[in-house]
Amino acid sequence: MIDQIETGARVNQEAKRGWVLVSVPLFYTILLMAAPLTAIFVFSFWSQDFLTLDTTMTLKNYREAFSEPLYAELLSRSIGIAGAVTLVTVVLAFPVAYFVSFHVAPERKSLWLFLITIPFWTSYLLRIFLWKVILGFNGVLNTSLQGIGFIEEPLTFILYNANAVVITLAHAFAPFAILPIFVALEKIDRSLLEAARDLGENAVMTFVRVTLPLAMPGVVAATLIVFIPTVGDYVTPRLVGGPNGLMIANMIQTQFLRLNNAPMGAALAVIAMTTVTVMALLLLAATRKWMRGGGR
Amino acid sequence: MSLISIENVHKHYGDYHALRDINLEVGQGEFFSLLGPSGCGKTTLLRTIAGFEDVSSGQVRIGGASMIGVPANQRPTNMVFQSYAIFPHMSVAENVGFGLRKSSLSGAEKATAVGEALEMVGLNGFGARAAHALSGGQRQRVALARALILKPKVLLLDEPLSALDKKMREQMQSELRRLQRQVGITFILVTHDQEEALIMSDRIAVMFDGKIAQLDPPPQLYTRPANRQVAEFIGVMTFLPGNRRADTLEVAGLGHVTLSPDQIIGAEGDVRVGLRPESMTILFDDMAAEPSNRVAQGTVEDLAYYGDMTMYEVRLAGAPRPVTVSMRNLPGRPVLARGDAARVVWDPAALMAFGPVD
Repeated sequence: MIDQIETGARVNQEAKRGWVLVSVPLFYTILLMAAPLTAIFVFSFWSQDFLTLDTTMTLKNYREAFSEPLYAELLSRSIGIAGAVTLVTVVLAFPVAYFVSFHVAPERKSLWLFLITIPFWTSYLLRIFLWKVILGFNGVLNTSLQGIGFIEEPLTFILYNANAVVITLAHAFAPFAILPIFVALEKIDRSLLEAARDLGENAVMTFVRVTLPLAMPGVVAATLIVFIPTVGDYVTPRLVGGPNGLMIANMIQTQFLRLNNAPMGAALAVIAMTTVTVMALLLLAATRKWMRGGGR
Repeated sequence: MSLISIENVHKHYGDYHALRDINLEVGQGEFFSLLGPSGCGKTTLLRTIAGFEDVSSGQVRIGGASMIGVPANQRPTNMVFQSYAIFPHMSVAENVGFGLRKSSLSGAEKATAVGEALEMVGLNGFGARAAHALSGGQRQRVALARALILKPKVLLLDEPLSALDKKMREQMQSELRRLQRQVGITFILVTHDQEEALIMSDRIAVMFDGKIAQLDPPPQLYTRPANRQVAEFIGVMTFLPGNRRADTLEVAGLGHVTLSPDQIIGAEGDVRVGLRPESMTILFDDMAAEPSNRVAQGTVEDLAYYGDMTMYEVRLAGAPRPVTVSMRNLPGRPVLARGDAARVVWDPAALMAFGPVD
């Protein structure tokens, strides 16, 4: 009986200590995440009547968002660009992660990872401007290629369009993709690869049947880490995207800041967030088979 | 004709000489063990047979064909890894059938083969289980089935039992033995456990520092060790200092002994005299010594009681350290205590004189 009371008291004590520990992060999560999200959600059901905010609940914004083809086009373009960025980033990140995990001596791995993160020491904006310098009409790439006589006229498909957005974002997110894939590859027991060889498979089939499936948790993580923020990116499309490289986030920004139509912007933001969430969940559901075994 | 022949094999890792002039032959259907302490090169040798390491010089043949430059996936060997290396993203059946991808069997025949392999290792009906839901013993069985389903000429086992608890290990020892007789495949086992090697093997190669110290069937290994290092590694042996001139041996605590030639190992002079615990007996009141044996007086310094037997550490008068004597605990026989006087009967024909280590 006394034991029970004491145990109960201790559990209570531990619970209290737990609350104290989480209270600070909980506070700023509510302040900086939950509160703004709720505000956006509520805003999306209000409407803007020229200069006054009409706070009667309505689905008007959503109706407009789904009937106006421009919004759908912007959203699908955002998803298309983010998808391309994700594909390019993950496909290029995999060999890098594989090389560092399998072919770099253990004592040099942290040096390599450190070098991979070096681009992050420069500001995000600076890097975008550097890409403008590289990809521009009279940029580094064009003048070099012209200089060696590879092309006659400067290439124009590499700046102020969707391609430029893909190139810039793929570079920016490369380390985010490399690191989770690297971690997944590091976790693979090397004797599994020897076992596959021992059971008659060559190097390529060993990769296909063992390495790749076991690296899938890392690939899925990399995909989500790159895809989710790129869908909502608006700085890169604004600076290097030109008129045809603009994305849904640019429209949301425009609605909030230029058109003074916060409810419409909020509705677009909710639609974009929901779309991304659904896509992420679909991806997770589709890859559950690999996540289970490999994550062990 | 031997199935595997290893000739003058050396392996260097930079400055480190991992294998030094290894020569051995393993016959068809033999249960062969590589035994030695960790770092003696036994696993390296196994991996050169499997094809995971290439030799620095020398020749490795399997079934008469040279294996130099032949990758692991093209060798007629399969391996059971120390960690079992069960693919965590596959079911038990997928693991067992992993190596059948390129075989000419139809899907149904493959499923039958997987079922038979699982039955052989006692895992009937486990096919659909997820690999990561298995216990250690079950993983080991899956690893065995996965290797044996390919009917290799040689099955290589890298410390397969070291991760199991004692009961499970003993059970798997006899099961492996039974399985090997049943399939008739040559097994090569790497182990650091001398008892395991003695129990399971037809022949054992004892390795130290990259060299084979002795290659013999278990009884010869135990009764006629090639040198003191082997004698110390296999079973329990007590060493007393002695001095040998020709066939005359003077042992501290035991006196003069005349040796037969097969009791002499190495040079004369200051020698180490080896005694096995079972070659000595403590004389209880009701017992009389054999006429050929001799009796020495001593005191029990320590003992370990095992239930069926007791290991005594007895200090003989004039000996610098105690000798280990094992006694069966027969009904009615007392167990001595520390400090008790003990008369130790020993057989002069059972001791071995090891010359200075060369």
